[in-house]
This record gives sequence, C-alpha cells and structure tokens, in this order.
Amino acid sequence: MKARGLVPLVVFVVMAGFLWVGLKLDPREVPSPLIDKPAPDFSLPLLDAPDAKLSPADLRGQVWLFNVWASWCVACRQEHPLLVQLARSGEVPVYGLNYKDTIPAATDWLDRFGNPYAATVVDADGRVGIDYGVYGVPETYLIDKEGTIRFKQIGPLTPVVIEKTILPLVRELNA
Amino acid sequence: MRRGALLLAALLAAGLMDTGAAAKDAVPMGGDPAVEARMMGLASELRCLVCQNQTLADSHADLAQDLRQEIRELIASGMTDDQVRDYLVERYGDFVLYRPPWKATTALLWAGPLLLVVAGGVVLGFSLRRRRREALEDDAPLSDEERARLQHLLEDEKGETPP
Repeated sequence: MKARGLVPLVVFVVMAGFLWVGLKLDPREVPSPLIDKPAPDFSLPLLDAPDAKLSPADLRGQVWLFNVWASWCVACRQEHPLLVQLARSGEVPVYGLNYKDTIPAATDWLDRFGNPYAATVVDADGRVGIDYGVYGVPETYLIDKEGTIRFKQIGPLTPVVIEKTILPLVRELNA
Repeated sequence: MRRGALLLAALLAAGLMDTGAAAKDAVPMGGDPAVEARMMGLASELRCLVCQNQTLADSHADLAQDLRQEIRELIASGMTDDQVRDYLVERYGDFVLYRPPWKATTALLWAGPLLLVVAGGVVLGFSLRRRRREALEDDAPLSDEERARLQHLLEDEKGETPP
C-alpha cells in the first residue's frame, strides 16, 4: 500500500528527468551522416582568382578546417574573430566555402573583418553546400590528411569548441 | 538628439546588412508536371532542415527551394524515388525522413508507443483485478460488532424527534 503511493512520485521524477534533459538538447544539432566519411568532392573557383580552381584532393596530406560562411550570415560575423585568431596561431589552415553569396559582397566582407582563409572557394548556387549537408551557415568541418571528415560544428564556433575539441583533434590527427 | 542620430544610423546599417539576403532570384519552376508531382510527393515526406517542423514541400526557406530544385533535377536524371531519398539521407541523415527506417537507433521511436500501450494494459489489468478482489471482500457478512453498531445507529434514528 505504501509503495503504491509512491508511484505518482516516481512517474513524476522520471518525466521531469526526461524533460530536464530535453531542455538541454538542441534540436538544431542534427548528427551529420558525413562524419568519418570522405569529404564530398568539388572543384570550385577561388574567390580572389575565379579562373583558378580548388578541390579537396589538392589538400590531401594536411589536416584542414573547412568553414562555410557568407557575408549575409550574422552568426558568421560572430565567429569570425575566432577564425582570424585560429588562422594566426598557425595550428591548422582554414579554408572557406563562400555559400550562396556574391563575390563583391564576400570580398568586401573579408576586407572589412580580416581574411583568415588560406583560400576561399565560391559556391554561388549552394550545390556543394547540399553535398556537405549544409543547412545553416556557419558550419565548420575538420578534414584529416586522407580527406575524411572527422568533426562537424553546426553553427558558430566557440572558444570552448576550438580549445576543447578542434585543437586536440588537430594535434592528434597531425601526430 | 545625438542618441537619436546614432539609433537612426544603426537602423540604417541593419537595413543595409539585410539586402543581400532579401534579394532573391525567381524560383525556377519545374516544366514537366509529372516531375513536379513526383517531386512534391517526395518533398511532402522530407523534413526541411531549416524549419524543422515543416516538410520540404511546405517550406519557403531558401534551402528548401534549393533542395526541391535538386530533387527535380535528380528525378529528371532518371533516379527512382528511393534513390532520391537515399541521396538526401547520405547528406542530411535519417532526420530528413518523416518516416525514419527501422534500425537500432530508431527502434525505441517505433516501438515506444506500442510498449506504452502494452505497459498501460498490464497496469490496467492489475488494477481491475485488485478492485474486483476488494469489492468481493466488501461483500463479506457483517461481524457481530458491526451488527451491534448498526443496530445502535438505527435505534438512535428512530428515537430522534423532529424539532
């Protein structure tokens, strides 16, 4: 009889537990099916030299970050100083994918806020974005020497993600 | 006055920042009604990643428009519906499917409602049985003590006079 009286309490605690955990889950963070898969191939023109092309195969043998950005993206501006700082540290080269943007706007944006990118490729119609499963800019991929995606950050990078996740992974992959 | 000017400048700047996103080309429409119908059929079972509670067919998000166009082209290139779905799952994961496949990670999702119904049935069965048992116990004849009390109460009522 006494134990039965506790049932509503137990049910309440269990439900409260689920809801509490649910509060902290971010439904926008969709696990990427691309982790541990080869980075999708592309051959895209460079932002500052539209005649030259870059593809992931050119970057074989190095660990690199691939940052999807656009001049119309407000959150990109928020993470931009972190990318500039990261590029300056020389720990890992950052390549940019300028997503559904215009060349003048993108160039102007980099002039204004600094250019952390070893190179930026232009994905004007968002096709390569679709191959990479981009659904919200900014997104950042960490790609290893064999061209495999090892980590994906959805949304702006934060100092914590860079220090605690990206840099340790970069060091591990470079070792 | 100065604050007003600053505010105005900030608002103007915010307005300017938005122009890039607001200027859009017209959305290309599918020419072939058959392709269009198949695309809409597929898109109505696929989730828009930007506005997660809408289907690709309903959503006006840029990405949804791009993906609808992509689906049109995939269909035009001769892919079957399953191949188109696989193409999107490869890029965005099972989450794009409104009907996720049955696998280890989705087992609880599919079986959950059934498990709840079964658990509810078991609880209901037990409590009904218990209630019946209690009802039977209540039908037991009165003990001597109870009989005496009843008698006493009935007599009390009889002796009472209306005020």
